[in-house]
Amino acid sequence: MDNQTVLQMNHIMKIYGNGVVANEDVSLELRKGEIHAMLGENGAGKSTLMKVLFGLEAPDQGEIILKGQPTTIKSPQDAISKGIGMVHQHFMLVPSLTVAENIILGVAPKKGLFIDMDKAIKAAEDIAKEYNFDIDVRQKVEEIPVGIKQKVEILKALYRGAEILILDEPTAVLTPQETDELFIQLMKLREKGHTIIFISHKLDEIKKICDRATIMRNGRSMGTYEVKDISTQEMSRLMVGREVSLKFDKKEQHLTDDVFMRVRNLTVHNAQGVLKVDDLSFDLKGGEILGIAGVEGNGQSELIDTLTGLNKKYKGEIKIKGQDITNASIEDIREMKLAHIPEDRMTSGCAGTLSIMENMFSNQYKDKRFSGKFLLKRKAMEQRSDELIKEYMVKCKSRKQNVGMLSGGNIQKVIVAREFSTGPDIIIANQPTRGIDVGAAAFIRKRLLEFRDAGCAVILISADLTEIFSLSDRLAVMYKGKFAGFFTDVENVTEDELGQHMLGIKHDDVLEGVLYE
Amino acid sequence: MWSAILSPDFFATILRSATPILFATLAAAIAAKAGICNMALEGIMLFSALFGVIFSSMTHSAWLGLLITMVIGGLIGMILAFFILNLKTDEILAAIAINLTATGGTVLLLVAVSGDRGVSSSIRSVSAPSVTIPLIDKIPFIGQVLSGQNILTWFSILAVILLHLFLYKTPLGLAIRAVGENKNAAESVGISSRKIQYIALIISGVLAAMGGFYLSGGYMNMFTKDMAGGRGFIALAAASMGGNTPIGGFLVSLLFGIAQAVANVMQLTSVMPYEIILMVPYLTTLIGLGIYYYGQKKKKECLSGK
Amino acid sequence: MNSAKKFDMVRTVFSVLIALAISFVIIFMVSDQPLEAIKYLLIGPFTNKRSMGNVVESMIPLIFTGTGVCIMFSANQINLAGEGAFHIGGLIASCVAIKLTATFVSPFMALLCAGLVGALFTAIPAIMKITTTASEMVSSLMINYLALYFGNYMLNNVIGDPKASAASYKLADAAELPVLIPGTRVHLGFIIAIAVAVLGYFFLYRTKTGYELRLAGENEEFAKYSGISIVKVIMISQLLGGFVAGLGGGVEMLSPIYNRFTWTSLLGYGWDAIIICTLSKKNPLYTPFAALFLAYLRTGASIMARRTDVTLEIVQITQGIIILLVVAEQFLSKYKHKIIAKEAKAALKDEEA
Repeated sequence: MDNQTVLQMNHIMKIYGNGVVANEDVSLELRKGEIHAMLGENGAGKSTLMKVLFGLEAPDQGEIILKGQPTTIKSPQDAISKGIGMVHQHFMLVPSLTVAENIILGVAPKKGLFIDMDKAIKAAEDIAKEYNFDIDVRQKVEEIPVGIKQKVEILKALYRGAEILILDEPTAVLTPQETDELFIQLMKLREKGHTIIFISHKLDEIKKICDRATIMRNGRSMGTYEVKDISTQEMSRLMVGREVSLKFDKKEQHLTDDVFMRVRNLTVHNAQGVLKVDDLSFDLKGGEILGIAGVEGNGQSELIDTLTGLNKKYKGEIKIKGQDITNASIEDIREMKLAHIPEDRMTSGCAGTLSIMENMFSNQYKDKRFSGKFLLKRKAMEQRSDELIKEYMVKCKSRKQNVGMLSGGNIQKVIVAREFSTGPDIIIANQPTRGIDVGAAAFIRKRLLEFRDAGCAVILISADLTEIFSLSDRLAVMYKGKFAGFFTDVENVTEDELGQHMLGIKHDDVLEGVLYE
Repeated sequence: MWSAILSPDFFATILRSATPILFATLAAAIAAKAGICNMALEGIMLFSALFGVIFSSMTHSAWLGLLITMVIGGLIGMILAFFILNLKTDEILAAIAINLTATGGTVLLLVAVSGDRGVSSSIRSVSAPSVTIPLIDKIPFIGQVLSGQNILTWFSILAVILLHLFLYKTPLGLAIRAVGENKNAAESVGISSRKIQYIALIISGVLAAMGGFYLSGGYMNMFTKDMAGGRGFIALAAASMGGNTPIGGFLVSLLFGIAQAVANVMQLTSVMPYEIILMVPYLTTLIGLGIYYYGQKKKKECLSGK
Repeated sequence: MNSAKKFDMVRTVFSVLIALAISFVIIFMVSDQPLEAIKYLLIGPFTNKRSMGNVVESMIPLIFTGTGVCIMFSANQINLAGEGAFHIGGLIASCVAIKLTATFVSPFMALLCAGLVGALFTAIPAIMKITTTASEMVSSLMINYLALYFGNYMLNNVIGDPKASAASYKLADAAELPVLIPGTRVHLGFIIAIAVAVLGYFFLYRTKTGYELRLAGENEEFAKYSGISIVKVIMISQLLGGFVAGLGGGVEMLSPIYNRFTWTSLLGYGWDAIIICTLSKKNPLYTPFAALFLAYLRTGASIMARRTDVTLEIVQITQGIIILLVVAEQFLSKYKHKIIAKEAKAALKDEEA
C-alpha cells in the first residue's frame, strides 16, 4: 500500500432489493491530495459506490479501509465523523436560513441557551477565508446564485472536518464562469491536502483538473488511469463501449411521403430560465425510428415535454401532420394519434393505486368503443384489457390488480400496451426499457420495430446505446440542447464516435439528413 | 360610531378577543415551521377549556389548573405526533379524529363532573386574574386599554417574544426551521426530523392549551359546549397569513381582534344583525386568505416571468 | 380478493374492536351500572321495532354526506364544506317547503334547491383554490361557520315563526316525505339515499367523468399527461359532492323527524361523512354499510343514554379512535408485511411452475 493512500474500497458488491447488481467487485483507491474522477454513464454504478462510501447504502460484500484501518460506515453521520463529506447534486440547504446558519446547522456554537450568532458568523467567515471562498455568510441561501450555493455546500462539509470530499456532478448546474471558479477552489483544496472525488462525464473538465480517473461501466470498474496518460478518446471508449449487440431482423425501410412531425428552430427554456433546447430543427416521417442519444440533462426531457404538449412555453414551430400545435392541448395532440411512453413511469405513467384496467384506458376512454356519451362501456373495457394483458404478456393475477403491485417491467408493459393500443401514427418513447428485465425490454423493442414497419414514426430516447444502435434508422446526439451529431447510416457509426459527440468532444456544425427538404 | 371606535374599551376588546386566536396561531405557526399542519388545535383548545375549569376548581388555583392543562395539551400534541410520525396516519384525518374525540369527550366529562350537558356553571372554577398595572392604570386612555387585561393576554404577548427567540435564536429553533423547510438537509447533518417534529407538536399542544384555558378562565368564566368555535381553524389561516412567524402571527391576530371589536361596535350602534356580527371572524379569515394567496400567486408569476 | 384488501378489512375490524374496548373501559370508569350500559349500547337497537327504525332513519343523512365526501375526496380535494352544505341544504329546503304547498311540487323543488345551493356552497373553496391557490381545507372550514350563522339569521329574521321559539314556520304538509314502514320514522329519504349511493358509485366508477376524477385524484401528474383538465375535475367533483350533501340536508329537513327548521348549531354530519368515507374506502357503494354501523352505534348509545347514566357522546370518542386506527398506515403493518410476503412467495412458485 502506498503511504499516500487515504482510503481503499476493495471488491465492493452491491445488489439492490429488486435484483439489480449496481456494483460488481468494484475497487477504488484514493490518495491524499488528489482530485480523482469517477467517470461513467448514468446507471454505470458510480452513484451507488459513492452511496456506499457515504454510508447511505450498506455493501453486500467488500471492505473499506480508511487510513489503513478497516472500517464500516453506517450512516452519513458516521461518514462525516470519519472525515468524509459529500456535496449532493440536489443541494441539501435550507433556503430561508443564512449561509452561516446552514454551515453551523446541527453543530451550532452556543452561548447559554442561545446560538452564539457572532461566533457562528465568525466561524463561517473564518472557514471561508481559510479556503479563499468569497462569500457573504449573512446572506440568505435563497437569495444567492447556484454557484455560491455549491460553495456553501463545500464549506458545510469542510466545517465538519471533511478530508475526503465527494462532489456529485458539481458542474452540471454551473455556468462556465462558475465552473472555472469552482476549479480554482478545488485546486486550492488539493494543495491543502484534501482528497476530492469528482463525479462527472465531462471529459474536458476531467482533463483539466483531475489527477486520476476511475472509469465505470455496467457496475464494473474499467480501471484507474493517470489522466495525463490517457486520451479523451480512450476514456470515452472505456466508458461507452458497446455490450453484446442486440440482433433484430430489421426489415427494409419504407418511408412515407408525408412528414409526420416537423420541428423548426425550437427553443425551450426551463422554469429557472436556463436554455435547454437550442434552435433545434428536424423532420420525422412515417416508417422510421429516430434515435436520440445523449447524456441525461442535455435537453431531452424538455424536448419531449414540448413535443407532447406538456410544456407550452417555447419558441419556434412544431407541426404534427401539418397542424401547428401552438394552441393544441395535450388531449388535442393525443387525438393526432401521438403516443407517449413517459420517462418516469411512476410519476406520470400510471396511477399505482388504480387497477391495471383503469390504467389502460387513460388515453382512450373517450373512444366510442369504450364509452358512450356519459358511461364507460365496462364490458368492452374488460374484454379489451384482458386481450392487452394477454397480448403484452403482463404478469398479473387479473386486470383488477393494482398496477403499483406489479414489477417494473410489467408496469412498463401496461403503459406500453395502453400507448400502443390506440394505433398511433407517432410514438415518442422516452427510456422505454429503463430498469426493466431483459425479456420485457426485448418485447418492447420488437414492438417498436413492428410499428416502424407498419409505417409509424418513432422517436426513441434512450440511455441504452445498444438499444439506440440496433433500433434507429437515423440517429441524433443531443448535447447542450443542440444536435451535436447526426447519422443516417447508423450501422457505420462506431461507439467511439458516438461517445465523442455525446461528451462534446466532437461537434458537427453541418448536419446532413435532419430535414427532408 | 366613531366615538365608540375611539374609546379605550374598543382597544381593550381588540386585545381581549385577539388572545385566544394568538395562542392558537402561535401553536399553528410552530407546527407549520416543523412542516406539519396541526388541525387538531381546535380539539386541543376545546379539551383545554374544559380541563382548565375542572383542574382549577379541583386545585382551587388558576395557576395549578393552567399548569395541568398545559401538560395535558402537550400530551395530546404528543399523541398526535405519535400517530402522524410513528404510525404514518394522515395528519388531517388524525386531527379530525382528535377533534371529534374532543367534541364528544368534553360533553362526556362535563356531564360526569357537573351533571350538565351544556355549561359548567355549577363548577366553581378559578379564572386567571386580571392585572392592574400600577402607574400605567393612571394614564388616561392607555391605562384603560392596557390595565385590567387578563394575565393570559400578557402571557400571549410574552409567548410571541419567547417563541420568536426560541425559533430564531436557539439551536433547537434552527433545527425546527430546517426540518420544516428541507427535511433531507436537516437529516444530512444528523438532525433527527422525527424528534424535532415531536418537540414542535408538543409545544404546539401546550400553546393551544393556554389558548383553550383562556377561553374558559379569562375570556369567560366557565366552559360551554363547543366553545373553541373554530378558533383552532382560524389559527391555521392566521398563521399562514403571518408567514408562520410569531410576530406575523401576532399582527394577524390583532387584525382578528380589530375585526371582532368593530363587529361589537356595529352590533351596539347599527342595525347590523347579530348573526352577521358572529360571521365576522370567519369572513375576515376567508377574505384574508383569498387576498394573501392571490398576492403570493401573483408574486410567484412575476418571479417566473423574469 | 387481493391481500391488500384483505388486510384493510382485518385492520378495520381490529380498529373497531379496539375502539369499542376503549369505550367499554371509559363506560366502566364513568358509570355506576357499566354492564347495563354496555348491554344497551350493543343490543339496544335490536330490542324493538322503533329502535330498529331509528337505526335506519339515522343512516339516511350519513349516507348522503358520506357519498358527497367520497366524491369530493376521490378527486383528492380535502374540502370539508360538506358540513355547511348539509346545513344550508336543510335551510333552503325548509324555505321552499314553507312557501310551496302543492303536493309533489313542493318536496321536489325543495330538494332540488337544497342540492343546487349545496353544490354552489362547496364550490366556493374550489373556486378559491383555482383562482388564488388558497388551501381548500382552511377555507371550507371557514364557510361552514358562515352557513351556520346565515341559517341562524334566516331563522331569526326571515322564516322564524314568532309564535314558536327558535323554530321556523311550519313546513307544508305536502312537502313531508312519506313514511315507508308504519310504526317507524323510516321515510322515502332512505330510498333516495340508497339511490344516491348507487348513483355515486355509478358516477365514480362507470362514467367518463368519474374516471377522469379518480385518475386525477390518485395521480395528478398522470392525469395531466393523459390530457385531463385538472380544473374541470376539481369543479365537477366539488359541485357534485356539495349537491349530494345539500340534498341530504334537504331530505333530512323534509323527513317526519322535523316539521320546522330548528337547526341552530351544526349537526356534525359533515365530519361523520369523513368517517364514512374512510371506512368505505372512498367508494359510495359501501357508504350504506358504514352508515349502518355508525347509526347502529349511535342508536345504541342513545338508548344507553336514556336508560343509564352514560351520555351519548361516548360514541364520538369511539368514532375518533376508529378513524385514528383505520388510517394509521403502520398499525398492524407487520401483519400486512407477512401476508404480502406470503403472497409474493406463492406468486414466485406459480412462475416457476
